[in-house]
Amino acid sequence: MLLNQFLLLSAVLFSIGVYGVIARRNGVAILMSIELILNAVNINLVAFAAWRTDIAGQVFALFVIAVAAAEVGVGLAIVLAIYRNRRSVDLDELDLMKG
Amino acid sequence: MLASTMPLPGTDDPINVAQTIGFGVIAVVMVVSALRVVTTKNVVHAAMWLVLVLAGAAAQYVLLAAEFVAVTQVMVYIGAVVVLFLFGVMLTRARLGSDAELTRKNWYGAAFVGLILVGLLGFSLVDTFQDAKLPEDRQVSLAPDLPADATDAEVEAALEEPNVGSNTAAISDSLFTQYLVPLEVVAVLLTAALVGAIVIARRD
Repeated sequence: MLLNQFLLLSAVLFSIGVYGVIARRNGVAILMSIELILNAVNINLVAFAAWRTDIAGQVFALFVIAVAAAEVGVGLAIVLAIYRNRRSVDLDELDLMKG
Repeated sequence: MLASTMPLPGTDDPINVAQTIGFGVIAVVMVVSALRVVTTKNVVHAAMWLVLVLAGAAAQYVLLAAEFVAVTQVMVYIGAVVVLFLFGVMLTRARLGSDAELTRKNWYGAAFVGLILVGLLGFSLVDTFQDAKLPEDRQVSLAPDLPADATDAEVEAALEEPNVGSNTAAISDSLFTQYLVPLEVVAVLLTAALVGAIVIARRD
């Protein structure tokens, strides 16, 4: 198999994730788009690990999965705290820090 | 007759047809599901499409002979993260039906950014890794198991014969030797993040 096919798939997923982060308003939906981005990174890491027959890429993919799990936990806690205070998870309406 | 490998046009190297077709099918499913994740009007449906993307990624890891990462992907992402997302959706009482307010009105700006990004990334990747091929045998060779008092001749003999093991064994070897400190740091990070999440989400 070619290395490029994995890298291109990952580039497409990454761009879709970036689109989601910019275009979505719901906090939970934005966290899902961030997951898409992190998965694109993981496909890259594992593909390079296979290309170089070096295990380091797979180890780093595992670290990324662990950090992503931590990020989702904290992110959803923040979304819940926002919801409790504002009765909404619409990130467009969060303008408390606007000058 | 469908050979399992056939020559790539322009090169002499054979390419594995079955694996490439499998990759293509999974890749199409992943891209379509990812598009649905960022375009669907229902947050719960978005989480369900996300499951399909994550499962596709796990299948790609199996194709790349990264079976341990694939199993971790299924257990951590599909088993835990998606459940967490569904909890988040339900606790924030997002409208369970379709919700036209889920996407910004100026979404075409974001689409423009995404298209530019995919064009630039695609061009630079194709330009850099033109026809770099993945090795057919994607198992990582393990360090030979030798007693501490091995003679030079024994070491040379062990290095001669290919010592191919499973990638899972290689991962465990490197996690508990070379990457031991990062592993501990990730463990502390996870604990801190979970305690922090409880503190943030707790009612005062």
